[in-house]
Amino acid sequence: MAKLAKSPWLLHYDASSCNGCDIEVLDCTTPRFDIERFGIINTGDPFQADILLVTGGVNAQSEAVVKQIYSQMPNPKVVVAVGICACTGGVFKECYNIKGGVDTVIPVDVYVPGCAARPQAIIDGVVKALEILDKKRRDYAQARKSGQADEAEGGNEPWNT
Amino acid sequence: MQAVSVILYLILAPFAGALLDGVSRIVSARMQGRKGPPLLQPFYDLLKLFQKQMIAVNSVQMLLNLSYLVFLAIAGSMLFAGADILMCLFILSTADMFLIMAASSDSSPFSSLGASREMMQIMAYEPLTLLLSVGFYLTTGSFHVGDIISRPVSAIVFMPGFLIGFFVITAIKLRKSPFDLSTSHHAHQELVKGLTTEMAGPTFGIMNVAEYYEMILMLGIVALFFLNENWWSWPLAIVMCLLVFFLEILWDNVSARVKWRTMLDSCWIVTLLSAGLNGLILMLIQ
Ligand code: SF4
Repeated sequence: MAKLAKSPWLLHYDASSCNGCDIEVLDCTTPRFDIERFGIINTGDPFQADILLVTGGVNAQSEAVVKQIYSQMPNPKVVVAVGICACTGGVFKECYNIKGGVDTVIPVDVYVPGCAARPQAIIDGVVKALEILDKKRRDYAQARKSGQADEAEGGNEPWNT
Repeated sequence: MQAVSVILYLILAPFAGALLDGVSRIVSARMQGRKGPPLLQPFYDLLKLFQKQMIAVNSVQMLLNLSYLVFLAIAGSMLFAGADILMCLFILSTADMFLIMAASSDSSPFSSLGASREMMQIMAYEPLTLLLSVGFYLTTGSFHVGDIISRPVSAIVFMPGFLIGFFVITAIKLRKSPFDLSTSHHAHQELVKGLTTEMAGPTFGIMNVAEYYEMILMLGIVALFFLNENWWSWPLAIVMCLLVFFLEILWDNVSARVKWRTMLDSCWIVTLLSAGLNGLILMLIQ
């Protein structure tokens, strides 16, 4: 773990989940799975979060919210799609109101499949996200040093407008 | 000697505070049947916060947070310099005003609500801090920290009631349940993150460092109760500080958050009963 990001704080957003995956996400904080072992805190605040966990596919109503939460998170940040709904739309894919997976709206770094995704799988996905977060952190530090932080912060990417 | 202890406080307090925070997170986790984070987790958190992108919601928030930090450091320095305890407690309340201003400077309804709850918290603990300095004066005949700790017997012998009251308000100051109304360290949130909702990265890091200064300051006041002219009172005071800290963690874990009204009522009742009665008795016997 030495090289991995040591203090990742989670933000969990339910885009249109059936609540199955949400309960599994909360399960990760219970004594049995205890994600605080990795220094992970389940914070409710996008301003302080490093990892965005999204459950459920994105629909017309949650699209704007997902975009806003993502833009409120300070760099560096990663997104984990939890459950098959968040990955592709899952069983709701063909519904008239569903846009599809989370990656139709914001860039996703890790996909955790399953219906509902098991806590073990979610923790695996988060630990994988930590590696990506660590890499982004180094890139970000470098960009800041060379004075290109503004570009690295994605000032003109579509989800920031 | 004074300069040395002030410099030691200014340098070591954030480290000691973060270490104690790490211990408290592990102890809390064990009480809940979990393994808990590594001991140095608060340091990792701070390092991360200072590496994050700075999202400034406005231009004054950072300045106000820095003022919060500076005023807390001054209040603590006064205690550790052996200066006036009354002045130290006044500066402590002033520092809190800066935090309230920082939280109300942004547009988030959560942080404004957190700010107004923080004001309630100030109202709840302020009477006791004032009585506390009066209590020390009645016991030792001086507001001067240097005089208070060089008496033949510890102050606790005359003012046990004050310590009970101080224990209650320390829970408010350390943001522990049942009084963590304005913002909380726990995963179960209400008001998102309350007071700190719109503080990101470095701004939040500075607020955390300030809280570590405050934590050491509060434990320093606990030590005042036990210190006297004998050398053995120092290890005793340290042990008692750690005991008080442990009891705070225990209380944090066995109680649920209360409404602001309950907090105000219970704090004032405790203040009146413990510190008020103790003060009256002191006035009669002194
Ligand atoms: S993946 Fe399954 S459990 Fe998870 S939100 Fe979709 S339908 Fe519900």
